[in-house]
Amino acid sequence: MKLSFRRKAVNAVMLASTGVCTVIAVGLLFFVLGYLFVQGGFSLNWDFFTKLPTPVGEMGGGMANALLGSAKVLLIATCLGVPIGFLAGVYLAEYASGAFASVIRFVTDLLNGIPSIVIGIFVYTVIVARSGFSTYSGGIALGIMMIPIALRSTEEFLRSVPGSLREGAMALGATKSRTIATVVVPAAIRGLISGMMLNLARVSGETAPLLFTAFGNQFWSPGWTQPTATLPAVIYAYAVSPYPDWHRQAWAAGFVLLTLVLIINITARTIVASGSSHKSR
Amino acid sequence: MASSAATIAGARPHGRASFVKRVLSGDSLSQAVAFVCAMMILVVTAALVFELWTQSALSRHKFGFHFLANSTWDPVAENFGALPFIYGTVVTSMLALLIAVPLGVGAAIFLAELAPPKLSDGMTFLIELLAAVPSVIIGLIGFLVLVPMLNVVVPSIKDLLGDHAPFFFSGAFYGVSILSAGVVLSIMIAPYIISVSREVLLAVPKDLREAALALGATRWETTWQVVVPYARRGIMGSIFLAMARALGETMAVTMVVGNVPKLTGSLLSAGDSMASVIASQFTEAAGGVYLSSLIEVGLVLFGITIILNGAARLLILATTEKGAK
Repeated sequence: MKLSFRRKAVNAVMLASTGVCTVIAVGLLFFVLGYLFVQGGFSLNWDFFTKLPTPVGEMGGGMANALLGSAKVLLIATCLGVPIGFLAGVYLAEYASGAFASVIRFVTDLLNGIPSIVIGIFVYTVIVARSGFSTYSGGIALGIMMIPIALRSTEEFLRSVPGSLREGAMALGATKSRTIATVVVPAAIRGLISGMMLNLARVSGETAPLLFTAFGNQFWSPGWTQPTATLPAVIYAYAVSPYPDWHRQAWAAGFVLLTLVLIINITARTIVASGSSHKSR
Repeated sequence: MASSAATIAGARPHGRASFVKRVLSGDSLSQAVAFVCAMMILVVTAALVFELWTQSALSRHKFGFHFLANSTWDPVAENFGALPFIYGTVVTSMLALLIAVPLGVGAAIFLAELAPPKLSDGMTFLIELLAAVPSVIIGLIGFLVLVPMLNVVVPSIKDLLGDHAPFFFSGAFYGVSILSAGVVLSIMIAPYIISVSREVLLAVPKDLREAALALGATRWETTWQVVVPYARRGIMGSIFLAMARALGETMAVTMVVGNVPKLTGSLLSAGDSMASVIASQFTEAAGGVYLSSLIEVGLVLFGITIILNGAARLLILATTEKGAK
């Protein structure tokens, strides 16, 4: 049986075009990376990591305050989001069942789907409207964003631990909490750590909720209750400014941020891939 | 039988311990702590909805449902309507889908059906990295690279069209526009469509493909007439997820859309979206009706994304359950 020419042609053209789509999608990544590495790489210097921003018109300066600010905000976010998300995930995977678990799962997905800017409004009305822009309010905003992802990744990785391990531990007389702490969690530890890293990578690029929580600051921000500069917010402010020197700084900051995000991402994925013999991807 | 079970239970150190003892041993306590953390999620979400609702009360009472249909946004006269932003959000997202859906589904088909597994995994890894690029960086590229590029390309297309330019391609073009926002958004959502659609396509049972090929169908006919229809609900789900992301996306849109609250048919004109008006005006709003109106825009955005996310999850669930049978 011979295929008609038309069917062969359609087959070839359509299959080729799906390949083209893939090349475009992957090409976009290299386009983004290429621009950031070339523009950012040229703009980056030692001052960037050690100096404060200079006023408009004055060349040079750095973003040391924004780097420290981002680190502080992310520290608070991690201390808030990871423990709550992790423990709630443990509850869902090990204790909860039935309707209550479904409700929690549903609400978690809901919380995960809320645009980050709306989280920003929430933290603004609850905290900033009362006590002003501050480092900790920014951390709380990002922390709230970390909870749902921490929960779902914890639950997923704990569920992949075989039930026989739990039964074995309990048969030896361990209590449920001891079983979870000494058998189940260690068995899933690679997945848990990588899940938390991906979570951190995701929120470290978040800008929208920081605009009206951590706000911004041209100077160092001592303590936790002052407004602070953060890397993503500075990229935004500098990119949309009319000054070429600020654009240069924005490229440099974008380069640093993207490098951090990608390193965390790749490390996390490698940890999972190297650890699991039964399931990868 | 019953008596021996009782003896074993009695012999266990923790089996019949009192409540206090169990709490001290840490078992119930740890369960309680985990339970409290799970409840926190309900509390935070409820508080969020409550805050959005009460803080937008001023605006809701003053404008009522007319808020959604009013196209004026005038902070001086304190007359606010969300229509230009709803319109901008919908049009930029639709434009993004128009570009990203063919691209994404095409790439997903290639990765799931044609590419050898190793190549497919490698490519998917790269595409998922693209999804991890922060939106402010996509915005940076959009504003400093893409907008100048479009500033060269679009006028020449307009010259080519001459007087035959359709209404959505008319008017002056300054770079920052609804069109730029749509293009930037498509870059951000395509990875989601690819990665979820690929998973869904990979879940389609092998025998379906083999049956179609055995009947003499070409590779493409098998994919397009058998595999894709089988996975269509999951693919729809991935598109809904991408759309929910596009609607809520803030930074990249804010940087390239122009931030002008006007209602216009032309894609070349500057516009605004719900998320970007909040980002660009929230800290300027001194309070009162202005702030309250911005919060109500947030409430509307929240409502829309919730509905889309819910629909997306139901669709993906429906497909994966079908595949599991």
